[in-house]
Amino acid sequence: MKRKIVVAAGAVALLATATGCGAADMTKQSSPYANAAGAKTVTLSVQSWVGARANTAVAQYLLEKELGYRVDTVQVDEVPAWDALSQGRVDALMEDWGHPDQEKRYVEDKRTVTDAGDLGVTGHIGWWVPKYFADAHPDVLDWKNLNKYASQLKTPESGGKGQLLDGSPSYVTNDKALVKNLKLDYQVVFAGSEAAQITQLKQFAKEKRPFLTYWYEPQWLFNEVPMVEVKLPEYTDACAEKGTKDPSTVDCAYPTTPLKKYLNTEFTKKGGKAARFLKKFHWTKADQNEVAQMIAEDKLAPEEAAKRWVRAHPQVWKEWLK
Amino acid sequence: MSSVTPTAGARPADAHARPTALKTAWRRPAARKLLLIALLTAVVAPFAAARWGSGSWPTGLGVDLTGPLGRANDWIIDNRDSHWLFLYFFGHISDAIITAVRGVYVVLLALGWASVTAGASLLAWRLAGVRAGLTALASFAVCGLLGMWVPTMRTLALMVVAVALSVAVGALLGLAAGLSDRTFRALRPVLDTMQALPAFAYLLPVVLVFGIGVAPAVLATVVYAAPPMARLTALGLRGTDKGVLEAVDSLGATARQRLLTARLPLARRELLLGVNQTIMMALSMAVIASVIGADGLGDRVYQALSTVDVGSALAAGIPIVLLAIVLDRSVGNRSDRSWAGVPQGGTGGHDQRRARTRTLTTWAAAIAAIVALGRVTATWPDTWTVPIAAPVNEAKDWMVAHLYSGIPGIGGTADWSAHYTGWILDPLRDGLQALPWWGALAIVAALAWLIGTWRTALTATLSLAAIGVLGRWNPAMDTLSQVLAAVAVTLVLGFAIAVVAARSARVDRLLRPVLDVFQTMPQFVYLIPVVALFGIGRAPAAAAAVVYALPAVVRIVSQGLRQVDPAALESARSLGATGGQQLRQVQFPLARPQLLLAVNQAVVLVLSVVIIGALVGGGALGYEVVFGLAQGDLATGLTAGVAIACLGLMLDRVTQPTKAKEAK
Repeated sequence: MKRKIVVAAGAVALLATATGCGAADMTKQSSPYANAAGAKTVTLSVQSWVGARANTAVAQYLLEKELGYRVDTVQVDEVPAWDALSQGRVDALMEDWGHPDQEKRYVEDKRTVTDAGDLGVTGHIGWWVPKYFADAHPDVLDWKNLNKYASQLKTPESGGKGQLLDGSPSYVTNDKALVKNLKLDYQVVFAGSEAAQITQLKQFAKEKRPFLTYWYEPQWLFNEVPMVEVKLPEYTDACAEKGTKDPSTVDCAYPTTPLKKYLNTEFTKKGGKAARFLKKFHWTKADQNEVAQMIAEDKLAPEEAAKRWVRAHPQVWKEWLK
Repeated sequence: MSSVTPTAGARPADAHARPTALKTAWRRPAARKLLLIALLTAVVAPFAAARWGSGSWPTGLGVDLTGPLGRANDWIIDNRDSHWLFLYFFGHISDAIITAVRGVYVVLLALGWASVTAGASLLAWRLAGVRAGLTALASFAVCGLLGMWVPTMRTLALMVVAVALSVAVGALLGLAAGLSDRTFRALRPVLDTMQALPAFAYLLPVVLVFGIGVAPAVLATVVYAAPPMARLTALGLRGTDKGVLEAVDSLGATARQRLLTARLPLARRELLLGVNQTIMMALSMAVIASVIGADGLGDRVYQALSTVDVGSALAAGIPIVLLAIVLDRSVGNRSDRSWAGVPQGGTGGHDQRRARTRTLTTWAAAIAAIVALGRVTATWPDTWTVPIAAPVNEAKDWMVAHLYSGIPGIGGTADWSAHYTGWILDPLRDGLQALPWWGALAIVAALAWLIGTWRTALTATLSLAAIGVLGRWNPAMDTLSQVLAAVAVTLVLGFAIAVVAARSARVDRLLRPVLDVFQTMPQFVYLIPVVALFGIGRAPAAAAAVVYALPAVVRIVSQGLRQVDPAALESARSLGATGGQQLRQVQFPLARPQLLLAVNQAVVLVLSVVIIGALVGGGALGYEVVFGLAQGDLATGLTAGVAIACLGLMLDRVTQPTKAKEAK
């Protein structure tokens, strides 16, 4: 018995030494795949929408081909990406649509995430109908008339009401609150992912059926399926303030947001050229759409799409490397 | 839901024809149970209905956990870098896992593609024979050809660590349960339950504590993959031949000698099977864990799905399947086909005894050669890749263009999907949601008790009640309607295919490899083609679920039908029974345990995919988990996750006949 205790104590002691028995800060653990085999690695988070993939594809291409880094991309939704960014599991978030809560927590309070400036693209969320439908019924473009069309927008999923198609649950949305507060006879139906939503919209368009969808700009799909925005009650600061306190009270349109980049604080200090490059990364809606469309519509590999854009626009990206 | 009628029918009988009918019914245990439940319902229901109202679960009986859970989440995020619990406990766990994964990954990279391929093939050859070796060789080559070398190595690194941990944890638990009756009794229901839960339910708690990344992915995988190892270890140890043990005892062996020389070696088959199952489950979880930031092949699939890129998803999906096949063939498993729990006829060239006797020198030489090979090759050359994404996508586009709607006579897939949703899912969902809550509890209790014991009935009823208490009654009924409808479709299709397979050896031979591949495919890959074919909503989720659950059902049922005593069949035939009569009156009744098992498996598998179906518009509970993960709103996600677990538990208990008998 005594021997067993001695052995056990020894084992515990050994374990303690092996683990270092110090504090292990979980928030400073990078990905196990980073910097393997002597390569300098940058880990970029990718969000599920194609615009974000376009940013990452071009950044990855230039980091690899011009600066000699190895780039890993990991798909993480926006809000979890903030947490991952704070913990250093990813180095950069290339396109953020405005998360005041997270910004306050990580940028101002914890200082583990650093603002890396604007992406150069301005984002706008809203409700849209296809152009063919708007041309036939111009008054659908005012939210006050939406109830008139509810019966035309019914689907099997919307349970007798009109369908308002939403995309991925990860996107910024107040649609449920809007439908309730504006007393609309609509049901918010989540496609579950942007991919599913796009497939659905294209099918609707092919059959020239009417639809009402949550959508956003910039988005390459507009080139394929022309859509017109439905006017919602005007966005005001008072409404926004109300919304920050209690999201279920929102009753006005979405704001127009300049999209921003964020970097892990540690990475901004030690990331060298890569961090400087990502800070300077700045392009336009047209640039982003060009790459996004090559990826999503022409089905090019992101790398190939990035390569084509890089070849065509050296004057834009040469600035980022200076 | 035909079995619902007995409950409804029992009540009038109980009221009107009490004296005679009751007496005769009382003699049959099934009827006795039903009567008891009916009586209980008749007594309790009016009170419950008067007190809390009928319809969906009363709010008065609910507990709202959103507040506390939200605060817990905030507290964890705020204290993750300062509190001792994280610094000195979780931090080290996370640290150790990351170091381990990194170590394996660096080694794999340093070895280079040629030596990893050669080494894996050699290992497979030694463990399982020439065919396994060749399979490994071809599989690794294909992974490289598809341009997936680095992601494959990442998944492999993650898998090595996760499997090692799972096997260690599982074996320890199994050892404890195998040696002590009390531990066994305590552990067994827990392990059984864990195997019935959808993988999605495991993701949230680890994310809550560890955030997103590789460490939580490994931990979720371990929690998911360790139970089969523990279970099988325990079963193996407990199943040791009593005579052998006595013989060992009589030779004066100590407890440890007895364990090491008799019990463990005799349980070798179970242990190997446990390792095999653990590997397969770890692989499937490693893919799903891409939702919480596990890198590698799963992440590639996940990324491809977000752009409806079926081709790229397939390019990443194929290596996963190949990895699964290689691991499955290499780590000894011929006799039992995984978690379906069904014996499978042995076919392959396994020769483990020979593998044992390899001399040390051969190994040393081989390792030296492999390492030398690693010196000259690095990562897979870019020019040696075959892009398959584009042609696959073209094929898919053609299918969408031609099959979606307007095919004369049979309509298109979009029409089917609309009919399935409108005619089957909606009425079923509305029916379930309109069902008074106490009625639902009574039905579940009756079903579970009929097939199992009062214990299973109690567990099932309590799980259903827990869903109500958590305030997730309506979404749960929505999910339940999707599960029931998809299970029905799966069973009809599965039974039909299985009957054909059981009759014809050739069909069976053709079917087997297909089933193997389908069972190891990541659930994710099924989702996008079904979106293309059926639009979004609950119908595509159901289609994916059916395709996923079908192989297990086909396998179990055809196995069951084939095992039917040939003598019984022969005598039926000599009595002039037609094929249909043989099937209905001999084969189905004799294969009843297998058929029930098939139902159970169908329910469990369908549920797991219906939950993931939230990514394509399945809605309900799965959507809430996805929403919770995506918005960092873990309160919503966790509540839904618990509700899913409860639903899984309930469904498993309601359809689980075998355990009741074993438990006696």
